[in-house]
Amino acid sequence: MAVTVSPERDVVATPIQRAFREALYAGAIALGLFVLFIGLRTDQNINNELILVQRWRLLALVVIAVAVGRFLYVAYAVPALERSRAERPKAPAIAVEPGFVRRNFNKIGVTVLILYPVAMVLLFGFQGSLKWVDNFGIQILIYVMLAWGLNIVIGLAGLLDLGYVAFYAVGAYAYALLGTHFGLSFWILLPAAGAMAAFWGVMLGFPVLRLRGDYLAIVTLAFGEIIRLVLINWREVTNGSAGISGIPKVSFFGLMSFNVSDPNYIAKVLGIAQSGAYYKIFLYYLILALCFLTAFVTIRLRRLPVGRAWEALREDEIACRSLGINTTTTKLTAFATGAMFGGFAGSFFAARQGFVSPESFVFLESAIILAIVVLGGMGSLGGIAVAALVMIGGTEILRELGFLKVIFGPDFTPELYRMLLFGVAMVIVMLWKPRGFVGSREPTAFLKERKAVSGSFTKEGHG
Amino acid sequence: MDAQASASELILQVEHLSMKFGGLVAIGDLSFQARRGEITALIGPNGAGKTTVFNCITGFYKPTEGMITLNRRDGSTYLLERLPNHEIPARAKVARTFQNIRLFSGMTLLENLLVAQHNKLMKASGYTLLGLFGFPSYRQASAESIDLARHWLEKADLVDRADDPAGDLPYGAQRRLEIARAMCTGPELLCLDEPAAGLNPKESASLNALLMDIKDNTGTSILLIEHDMSVVMQISDHVVVLEYGRKISDGNPQSVRTDPRVIAAYLGVDDEEVETVLTEVGDEDVIEQLDTGPDSAHGPGNSASMMAGPISDSVEHADEGERVTVSKGASKAAQVDARATSVAGKRVAPAPAKRAPAAKPDAESSTAKAVPKKTAVKAPTAKADSASTQEAAAKPTTGKRGGRK
Repeated sequence: MAVTVSPERDVVATPIQRAFREALYAGAIALGLFVLFIGLRTDQNINNELILVQRWRLLALVVIAVAVGRFLYVAYAVPALERSRAERPKAPAIAVEPGFVRRNFNKIGVTVLILYPVAMVLLFGFQGSLKWVDNFGIQILIYVMLAWGLNIVIGLAGLLDLGYVAFYAVGAYAYALLGTHFGLSFWILLPAAGAMAAFWGVMLGFPVLRLRGDYLAIVTLAFGEIIRLVLINWREVTNGSAGISGIPKVSFFGLMSFNVSDPNYIAKVLGIAQSGAYYKIFLYYLILALCFLTAFVTIRLRRLPVGRAWEALREDEIACRSLGINTTTTKLTAFATGAMFGGFAGSFFAARQGFVSPESFVFLESAIILAIVVLGGMGSLGGIAVAALVMIGGTEILRELGFLKVIFGPDFTPELYRMLLFGVAMVIVMLWKPRGFVGSREPTAFLKERKAVSGSFTKEGHG
Repeated sequence: MDAQASASELILQVEHLSMKFGGLVAIGDLSFQARRGEITALIGPNGAGKTTVFNCITGFYKPTEGMITLNRRDGSTYLLERLPNHEIPARAKVARTFQNIRLFSGMTLLENLLVAQHNKLMKASGYTLLGLFGFPSYRQASAESIDLARHWLEKADLVDRADDPAGDLPYGAQRRLEIARAMCTGPELLCLDEPAAGLNPKESASLNALLMDIKDNTGTSILLIEHDMSVVMQISDHVVVLEYGRKISDGNPQSVRTDPRVIAAYLGVDDEEVETVLTEVGDEDVIEQLDTGPDSAHGPGNSASMMAGPISDSVEHADEGERVTVSKGASKAAQVDARATSVAGKRVAPAPAKRAPAAKPDAESSTAKAVPKKTAVKAPTAKADSASTQEAAAKPTTGKRGGRK
């Protein structure tokens, strides 16, 4: 709330005085604004009559919060900001040596990921670790993999794909259908699902070759919806919105199974106590391996001509053609490769859930994956992984907002505010880092030294 | 030109090329040839269709009519109008640059040059599969491609900045990088669309050196669109002039420079108009000046690059014994002013300017030189001297001796 203060008073007033005054104004305005919004609430009583519930305590809390906030802002935050702004030009621009964590980010990340389930089991025991390994670990890694797959299409090739979830769905249904009907093993169906998704990636790629930017986005969006609607309506095959259940579990390369009834159940083979956690831990390492595969392939591809051609395509398609690059195949390979990883993730998802239905593949999923890619910094694997951690882990952690009940009273349901907080967090991150967590680009080859390319030079792609 | 030039000498033959956009004829029945190992320049006023010709040759446009034949060194022949866009650089070995630079600005210089070697590396990487598993054959090819890139970076004097993003380079360096990138595709014909546009004289000179180096050391033939006549006249072996999509002149730089049709094109008026205007004005001195100096309001004076060439040019042409006029302001109005202030009777040979002239005696030209210089001084709007001298030098100036059509 901007409170205008006449300039001549400004000269005399100390920041504290001014802050106090402005806090009073702000409190008054807040009171005026919120007295009807918060102070009074319309409700029904048991006789279905309209009554007014008075919430003066809450109103007072809000008004005091506004006044105190304004006071702190004017008295402390503004002078501090001005001081730092004044000091900034004085400070010589010293290139800060990246700290230990930043230098070894990848190694630390990999170590943490590998040790994570062990740590969770040690901390919470087998049963207690379930939530942390499954809801957090596996869930986040699935999105990491999806986002890395989409990163090939959007981050490298610059093709805005809003229907990425379609390939996820294709992979999941490929595994679900082939697994339930033909009893094929996960290890056969994983590549099959990837190939199937890649095939559909090419199918999508052909019609959209000539489209760019917004038009491409809309067509891919439509493609995602088409796949979902086919899954809902093609009941004979997909069982409609009821979905497919009883999808076989992954086995440990056929050596050990995770079904309690099987003779080679892991607990029987190894002679340990029964627990559902084994399967989750196994799945965790499985998806971690798939993620590493995706990262490995992406890093390798970037250094191969095809990866460079993708990035060149993002930068300037016409220049690509003038250099003899076949932009058709280049775009199609980008779609196919991205889709393939989506298919892998889909088949893993089906195996993990044991159940797939079209509800898992709505547009929101595409949007979340896209948001992860954008938030992480297009093209950067590390940034995207962090973004997935923040986005997916964040929404999960926001389920644990029980402590807010202490503040807002027992009828406050913090889960309802999950998405709101999430949205606010996204807006803040995008304001703070408009090019995502990692805005710079790592060159794929160098003569003398590898220097990151600042995000201001790279383009987002145009289609 | 030489119809008898054998196919092996000719790298590019454009025959009866027409390009129509709806009702607009961008190129009408254009035929010309470019010889192997030569620099062929394509010039013409703005909007003459030069870039359209380039786009037809490099496959960005499919011509409405006509045939574009490219003969490669190994004897194979390609009809460029039938090849898909991307196969023209890949198979027919035609590389190009763009009028508004198109670099991969977010990639480093080295990466830009590696992308240019895409097709070669693609094969070496077994269409990605071998490369993905790190086969040594790809590693070797990759090292070779980096060496080639380094070679061209050195040629373009950019090797110090090899690891910087291309978008970070100054304008002139971006131009050179684009040429280096085109050369990395290993072309037999290099098409340059206004490589000197926006360069300062020093950069322009180093560009000339680079192009001559390419021509002499790689055997790559060059097809060049350029407004900067210092570039065109110094390095090209053969000049084709377009106006409104039609060829108006074709030959070596000297003959083109003295072709009255070319001068008329750059003046933006045709002879009859000039005549009428001048008859009204009634002073033959002005007729002479109009004939000799290009009009910057209509000619290529609009292009900034015209300002860029070295001033010494005019001297050089003057030494060749041609009549170089420095006179001429920004417009015809200025010329009329110039006439008013110039003393009548300066003119030595009361030339029946229009009809006489084919061979003007050399003796006369020396005297004639003096006249316009004076008027130049007096011309009220006399633009920056360098610009006007240069322009005059650029498409000179047949004066009276240019034959009327």
